[in-house]
Amino acid sequence: MSAQQLKCRECGAVYPLDPIFVCERCFGPLEVLYDYDALPRPLQRTFEAGPKSMWRYESLLPSRRDPEIDLAPGFSPLLHALRLGRKLGLEQLYIKNDSVNPTWSFKDRVVGVAIVTAKRFGFDVAACASTGNLANAVAAHAARAGMRACVFIPRGLERGKVLATSVYRPTIVEVDGNYDEVNRLCAQIAEEHRWAFVNVNLRPYYSEGGKTLGFEVAEQLGWRAPDHVVVPIASGSLLVKIHKGLSELHRTGVIPSVRTKTHGAQAEGCAPVANAFAAGQDQIQPVKPQTIARSLAIGDPADGRYVLRLARENGGRILAVSDEEIVEGISLLAETEGVFTETAGGVTVGVLRRLAEEGVFGPEEVVVAYITGMGLKTAEAVEDVVAPPIAIRPTLRDFEANVLGAVGAVS
Amino acid sequence: MVTVRVPAPLRRLTSEQRLVKATGKTLSEVVRDLERQFPGFAARVLDNDGKVLSFVNIFVDNEDVRFLQGLQTPVREDAEVAIIPAMAGGTL
Repeated sequence: MSAQQLKCRECGAVYPLDPIFVCERCFGPLEVLYDYDALPRPLQRTFEAGPKSMWRYESLLPSRRDPEIDLAPGFSPLLHALRLGRKLGLEQLYIKNDSVNPTWSFKDRVVGVAIVTAKRFGFDVAACASTGNLANAVAAHAARAGMRACVFIPRGLERGKVLATSVYRPTIVEVDGNYDEVNRLCAQIAEEHRWAFVNVNLRPYYSEGGKTLGFEVAEQLGWRAPDHVVVPIASGSLLVKIHKGLSELHRTGVIPSVRTKTHGAQAEGCAPVANAFAAGQDQIQPVKPQTIARSLAIGDPADGRYVLRLARENGGRILAVSDEEIVEGISLLAETEGVFTETAGGVTVGVLRRLAEEGVFGPEEVVVAYITGMGLKTAEAVEDVVAPPIAIRPTLRDFEANVLGAVGAVS
Repeated sequence: MVTVRVPAPLRRLTSEQRLVKATGKTLSEVVRDLERQFPGFAARVLDNDGKVLSFVNIFVDNEDVRFLQGLQTPVREDAEVAIIPAMAGGTL
């Protein structure tokens, strides 16, 4: 672990590694600073000797793994998507299937880091503002860590998310407002009470977990950066951290170069970053979200500015797709690659498809689409598009009459 | 009088008070009154052009003023103004 200090992303002021998230001088966000030169070389040997989880990359994370509370997030499959690729004209399309985490979303990575950090700082209560997956992860990891959990969600989240979260017996607070209001409330609470809000006062540590999605993909590709990544945008933090992870591998001599184009995916009903990108603006106009992609329904994305800057620097595009395209995206991924993702994943596949149609990818370029969550948590989205089972009596005649034709020739 | 919630980084200016009172019919007037009471306050929340800093969110009665009239947002007699750091990236 090579973390040294916190540094303000805006004015550069430095602080010790305390549970703080805001610069005293300019209110800017704080980021963990590492001493890259102090790390052993070749660093990939250290990684390769590590556990088969995100903690493999502990030397570039701000906290150490605690085996007693670790749920072993990460090290998820990178699938070469031949069938989906063929449909989109891409030979080197990969799906990073992060739906297979302990609580079935990539949030296990950031929460894994946050909870071990919260314990180190002596917090008793783990908390968060969440659109669902984060609450689920916080509840689970807190349970394993023996910490109390209090999660704040907006009204109207999908039933699967709430159910999955409640099983660990956290306190679930359903706020009569949208996510942005929940977030604001949690920021106020964090000012007044010593709770570990993983995505508020522990955000600089928490967000570093996202880098592991960059590290893993590079390792799984044989220690190289992909040519393109397609990442869903809620706060925008994940896209920024995936790129940071790739940059750090370059900085530490693990990969030869980073020419990755970072493409972002949003839903039309909540596309503040895509809007600003399309309009050529630097400022993000916050919106009131209205989309089935509730995981991404953040009208005022905290990292929006950084996503814009990054995409413009490296030639990435930020697009938004309709709710219809989102559901089509879920179906397409399931039917071609056997991966059932939630609406956020449908957004990612929808934008992947649009980008492919617009000729953004060279046919042999390595393209990685990040699937960040699992489909059962947003089951409502596909309820109307799936076919019901065929009901038959237990007779061969019924089978031949009703099923054979339906199954048809295998192509 | 308007109640203002002061975020941690600014409490040094308000003698560690987290709740202070101020007068003003608009947010802009409230900020000016805060500057009068606690010199240096305005410079911590406004930029050189007098606009709210990127990383500061201001809420009047729990509504983000960027959805209202910004600094010209009218403020009721006993309104609550909350000044909250913008978490990570800035916006307006």
